[in-house]
Amino acid sequence: MTDRAGARRFVREAENLADGEWHRLHPATPLLRGGFAFVAIVGFVIANLRERILDFFVGGRPAYAGGGDPLDLIVERGLIPLALLAVLVILLIVIAIFWLSWRVHSFRITDELVEVRSGILFRTNRRGRLDRIQGINVGRPLFARLFGAARLDINVAGHDANVQLAYLSGRNADALRHVILKLASGTRDAESRARDAGATAPEHDGSLGGIVSQRAREFLAPEYSAVHRDAELAPTSVVAMHTGRLLGATVLHDRTVIFVLLVITGIVLASLAHAFFVLFGVVPLLFGVGSQIVRRFSRSLRYTIAATPDGVRVGYGLLSTSNETLPPGRIHSIEIQQPLLWRPAGWWEVRINLAAHSDRQEGGRRTSTILPVGSRAEVFAVLELVFPEIVDAGVRAHLEAGLSRATPGDGFTTSPRRAVVLRWFSWRRNGFTLEPAAVLLRRGAIWRSLVLVPTARMQSVSLHQGPLLRMLRLADVHVHTVTGPIRATLGALDAADATRFFREVAASGVVAAAVDRSHRWAAHPATPTSRPLSGGAA
Amino acid sequence: MTTITRIAAPSACICSVDAVTDPQTPPVTPPVAPPAAAPSASRLLDPFAVDPALGEWRRVSSRYLWVDLLGGLFGTVVFTAISSIPFWLSGVVWLLVIPAVVLVTGLIIAAFVPRRVRAIGYQLRADDFLVRRGIMFQRFAAVPYGRMQLVDINRGPLDRALGLAELKLVTAASASNVAVPGLPMADAEALRDRLVELAESRRAGL
Repeated sequence: MTDRAGARRFVREAENLADGEWHRLHPATPLLRGGFAFVAIVGFVIANLRERILDFFVGGRPAYAGGGDPLDLIVERGLIPLALLAVLVILLIVIAIFWLSWRVHSFRITDELVEVRSGILFRTNRRGRLDRIQGINVGRPLFARLFGAARLDINVAGHDANVQLAYLSGRNADALRHVILKLASGTRDAESRARDAGATAPEHDGSLGGIVSQRAREFLAPEYSAVHRDAELAPTSVVAMHTGRLLGATVLHDRTVIFVLLVITGIVLASLAHAFFVLFGVVPLLFGVGSQIVRRFSRSLRYTIAATPDGVRVGYGLLSTSNETLPPGRIHSIEIQQPLLWRPAGWWEVRINLAAHSDRQEGGRRTSTILPVGSRAEVFAVLELVFPEIVDAGVRAHLEAGLSRATPGDGFTTSPRRAVVLRWFSWRRNGFTLEPAAVLLRRGAIWRSLVLVPTARMQSVSLHQGPLLRMLRLADVHVHTVTGPIRATLGALDAADATRFFREVAASGVVAAAVDRSHRWAAHPATPTSRPLSGGAA
Repeated sequence: MTTITRIAAPSACICSVDAVTDPQTPPVTPPVAPPAAAPSASRLLDPFAVDPALGEWRRVSSRYLWVDLLGGLFGTVVFTAISSIPFWLSGVVWLLVIPAVVLVTGLIIAAFVPRRVRAIGYQLRADDFLVRRGIMFQRFAAVPYGRMQLVDINRGPLDRALGLAELKLVTAASASNVAVPGLPMADAEALRDRLVELAESRRAGL
């Protein structure tokens, strides 16, 4: 059994899926989509009929009599055959609807766009342009994972503008992602070598044991399916997530600390006032926050980040997994921040702003956290991965300064002393530095944070000054990026510095945008076709 | 009434190229204006004020004053009426303080309208569009042409009565929020076509 040949076969199969014709999804799609609902309904019915079924098989006398229960009526009047027929008809109708919805749900992938049409009564048609792809996510919710299926989320720029292919077989999803990214990158002709005649060895021998062991392998290591064993695609995570550190980081995170403090205050107040009923109002909120903390933790347990030729791949999830590929130039800003209690340990959290937003709250939900917790070295490994063209030696020195205590001459233009009334502790750190390809904003003395905005991604820049700031000869600057958790703003700068910032950032944004080719990232000869794989930097 | 021009649509930029040669559209200034250029009025009035772009600002129509003024006064009247409800209901005389404060605040704001309208300015620079608003709360914004996703023209009832329009630029960032109110309709359309044309010629990714 040769994995490479198997991988090639799947890539070719996926290329067939991307031939511009209409294709259908995995036949189990309706079941997987409606999976939980279906199981829940069946379970509900069975639970309600439990005694009846037990009676039927055990043959005892009815435990309850009369009372207008329709089931009793059916039994008493000997309508069982009719009832069974009705159930059968309903089942057939449901299956027919499932089948029909699968029939009409089709997708096609051309050189320019990906299009999905679906719906029986209300037809929907959604297309996304390949050069606007912000990321492709292979999501495997637990239920689908058991069946070896995966969902392909193609995130296109815009609010909730993702095109979803749900569900595909897991291997097809991985291979199709690869093919779509290749089409989007503009390297189709150069890379058509995959069509060469290779041995089409089946990846399993067709026996039941073969299928089961393959499922088990996919389930245990979903990011490691045959396609990625292709030498070109073998990704090595640059950050290894240690469970102990993740646990410590979760416990010491501001969120958890605030959560615990709130719980304690609530209990103390309630017991002082002998008003325990107050707690009942707060319990749902606490459950919500608590489950979110737990979910973040469990999602991050299997975190990976790696370089692939098509961009950075970020993997998350323990039971339901998601695995997102971000092509180059899709990250609009990045923030490195440190919750207060992480400082002794030297841990940092890295978040990003992306142009595509998905409202879906399912297992494969995309995240804005690109590094849940990491040391300074790991932060730099991630930064070099996502911005290989920006992070050079000079920028690295400034990034180091951005994460450290402020010292004079560290390259940052900081707020003047008179800003102390507005930035009590952080006026020494509060500052910026302008690189040729990026803007660095450093903020906060207690909660340290550093925002990096590539000038090629910046949308616009603005300068603000109200009466108070004018009296102090200060001004605020805002760098506008796409909507996300990061706000690239810097307050209380010297008016002259802010003016310089505004002018220079406006000019460098124009220059950077003019030479930027990342919407077809591999088509331009100036950009390297494959990025260096940085292995084991952690 | 809202007219939206999607820049991505190729037809949008060809529709009225003649309007681009409108005398209202001066040759674009170089990206970095010579430092010797005359400082603007607000610079002279207030040495601490910021003025990042030393080029010549283009002003909006003085008729926009009436739109702003009437809109503001209408709001003042409505809020005064609402805030006097406690007085009418209770009959307590000192509750009249609330509508009085609202009225005086509204009138003070209205008194600044002429200056505020004069403070609205825009510049078509070589590679970006520059907008300024406000006197007390100043805001300058620069939007590179290649970043514009849409150009809106909005006209309210007052705008329509006076033949004015508001031009709004939309980028991929919702925070950009760049609008130029009070443009005469012909100017707004010419400016829109010019902006769309510039955006097309400097089309960039997101």
